[in-house]
Amino acid sequence: MTFDTVIIGGGLSGLISGIRLLQNKKKCAIISSGQSALHFFSGSFDLLNFLPNGEKVAYPQKEINKLIKNFPEHPYTKLGENEFNKLTEQAEQLLKQVGLHVQGSSEKNHFRITPLGELKPTWLTMPQFAITHNDSLLPWKKVCLINIKGFLDFHPEFVSEAFKAKGVKTEIQFFDLPELDRIRKNPSEFRSTNLSIILDKESSREKMIEDFSVFSKNSDALILPDCWGHKNSSLLSDVMKEIGKPIFLLPTFPPSLIGVYTQQFLKDCFTKLGGTYMLGDSVTEANIKNNRVTEVFTKNHGNIPFKADNVILSSGSFFSQGIIADMNKVYEPVFSLDTDFLEKRSDWYNRNLFENQKYQQFGVKTDNNFRGLKNGKPIDNLFVTGAILNGFNPIKEGCGAGVSILTALYVANQILIKEQTYESAGQ
Amino acid sequence: MNLLVNKSENNFEQCIKCTICTVYCPVSKVNPEYPGPKQSGPDGERLRLKNPDFYDESLKYCINCKRCEVACPSNVKIGDIIQMARIKYSQKKPTLRDTILAHTDFMGTLATPFAPVVNAITSAKPVKKILDPLLQIDKRRNLPKYSFGTFRNWYKKIAEQQKTFAEQVSYFHGCYVNYNNPQLGKDLIKIMNSLNIGVQLLEKERCCGIALISNGFIDKAAKNAKLDEQEIRKSVLEKKLPVLTTSSSCTFTIRDEHPHLLGIDNREVRDEIELATRYIYRLLSTNQSNIPEFNNGKLKIAYHTPCHMEKLGWSYYSIELLKLIPKVEVTVLDSNCCGIAGTFGFKKENHETSKKIGESLFKQIEEGGFDLVSSDCETCKWQIEMFTSKKCEHPLSILAKVLA
Repeated sequence: MTFDTVIIGGGLSGLISGIRLLQNKKKCAIISSGQSALHFFSGSFDLLNFLPNGEKVAYPQKEINKLIKNFPEHPYTKLGENEFNKLTEQAEQLLKQVGLHVQGSSEKNHFRITPLGELKPTWLTMPQFAITHNDSLLPWKKVCLINIKGFLDFHPEFVSEAFKAKGVKTEIQFFDLPELDRIRKNPSEFRSTNLSIILDKESSREKMIEDFSVFSKNSDALILPDCWGHKNSSLLSDVMKEIGKPIFLLPTFPPSLIGVYTQQFLKDCFTKLGGTYMLGDSVTEANIKNNRVTEVFTKNHGNIPFKADNVILSSGSFFSQGIIADMNKVYEPVFSLDTDFLEKRSDWYNRNLFENQKYQQFGVKTDNNFRGLKNGKPIDNLFVTGAILNGFNPIKEGCGAGVSILTALYVANQILIKEQTYESAGQ
Repeated sequence: MNLLVNKSENNFEQCIKCTICTVYCPVSKVNPEYPGPKQSGPDGERLRLKNPDFYDESLKYCINCKRCEVACPSNVKIGDIIQMARIKYSQKKPTLRDTILAHTDFMGTLATPFAPVVNAITSAKPVKKILDPLLQIDKRRNLPKYSFGTFRNWYKKIAEQQKTFAEQVSYFHGCYVNYNNPQLGKDLIKIMNSLNIGVQLLEKERCCGIALISNGFIDKAAKNAKLDEQEIRKSVLEKKLPVLTTSSSCTFTIRDEHPHLLGIDNREVRDEIELATRYIYRLLSTNQSNIPEFNNGKLKIAYHTPCHMEKLGWSYYSIELLKLIPKVEVTVLDSNCCGIAGTFGFKKENHETSKKIGESLFKQIEEGGFDLVSSDCETCKWQIEMFTSKKCEHPLSILAKVLA
């Protein structure tokens, strides 16, 4: 099987580079060993919320140079200030182009509302999700928080407490449908993804309008857990029209419906552009000759290898097994690339869960063009992007999605430039 | 280097409870009686290991499509865990109906000599009305047609001629080609011959056992599998001939279910059992001059990926072969279960679920303005032809038809 580029890993990073390459008429395949970490998506993409030393970032574009000056290992430092700013704009354009109409911009962080009602800075938030532009002020005087009876992955009481502390009055109401009783039989499966199947049915519209009008009587807005509107895109806007009040969504505990939706949306973009997406397959072996990856073998395809001019490794971090930790080391299982980790295992983690966990920064080492290093030397056509990279802490710095998207675009651009150069040299 | 991190034979402990499998389960989406793969598989396994009484009969709703395994980010063999639990713990005895549905080769042997009569009878409304209460086979279901005479019988006439080719392959035709659709086998032979390759049959062949396994006839399935394995070994190890197949489900069963469910060690020959589409793709991609000539008009084809094809990961080959035909536009449908799941859809109690599972697929087929649907699975074909207005053909049948 011959492609221009083979991408290992089909999550956010792999899909973004794939889409960018396909938009430029390159033949791409994605090999993905299962569904991705996007299924835990909060509905917001973070770019940079804090510097590694904990300092707050409000204006990522303006403040990126602080990071670049002081933290040489960070993926953003490898990009540099100009490239960082260019790529954030390119990312915003690309998302808009494919039809994801997100709120926010890289000039200034806005604030998303967490499932516990806290405000967290972020870069881009999916439409319909509740946001605010001021970290101490919510845009409502009184809101009605609605939960679904028996749903344990959303806790309006916490949200209510947090909102009260910010001077917003709240009211908690419960929504129910007789049809939901069928899922209640298995309480452990009373989850957002199962609920949405019933909640998104046309038959629930009437009850929603009826209940929500009563619930929202004294409130400026309604806030719902993210269990609605993905299978039936006009449902929420229709209900809003009927009741005359805005409805916002908050993320729930995983699995994340908006994550499932985003993964499928980007995957559909990829395949509609002509990409080949191989799900449930994993790379078993790769041949490297003359410092180039020549062939990639997988579990499903056995003796029929993937051949490509370029290979992108975006196989994720520990969760997706892009990197694996055993008792003594952290290793990258496909190409045995050089990894960055601390010698002593006891230094990997901090006993206080909320403190900086060093293992978060472990990952694959690359050169400044994000080519993977093996025995200290970059492999010519093997690029590494996303969560598998070393040198950043996605949670403490709030930069996971940003690193995934920007490095993916950077690498895709490099591949396109390289090929243009070859072509013009050939002429 | 083997990257498949399997900590134990039954790797339920690798489950991190992310619930992604349940999101992609076609059954739990439409049937709330089924708690979904996470609870039925790794979650339940913890309890069952402690005490078999925790076995829940709702596991019978699993259709073994393996979409949970394809989706799992942690390589948990969720479908395998559920299948194994059913075999180990289920107390439910198969009914007469299950026995009839499961024994595809026995029923085929009975039916093919009288095919015109049998087909007329089984498609007659009054008969279906009797089958419904009597056997719990849904009266709304179109029953598979039998061919008049088997594929193996037909093959005898051309066996000598096939030997004249310098290069040879073996063909595991399966029950469907033998009793229901010999034309597919003939189409394969036509294509292989056009590539200067002769086709041999295995000396003997039994049903791969997929329907036996899902209906609880494990001993019988194991007996069949043993015999098939012997024949496959003869072909691969003694005659040095690879074994080609045309059914994605038979292929998946022989390669991947025989070892773990029926205790067949097929490691020596597994790589030599493959779908003919994969074999032909490899042949054509290594030597472009092999590409045959076609003679056809414009054709808009929708390719449907059967569940076991999704698990094998091999739909790529079928799709690429279809794309070789000039003036053909191939659209790959979203990979969704069609709902028939072998014998599942025939059972009265499953009829509605079966139809509901396939709804989004049927809708996509009807709305796409296609001339034809293509798929590598015989039961998907039945389901698609029953619930949509389109014909569904195997990629090789389409290829054979337009060969110049």
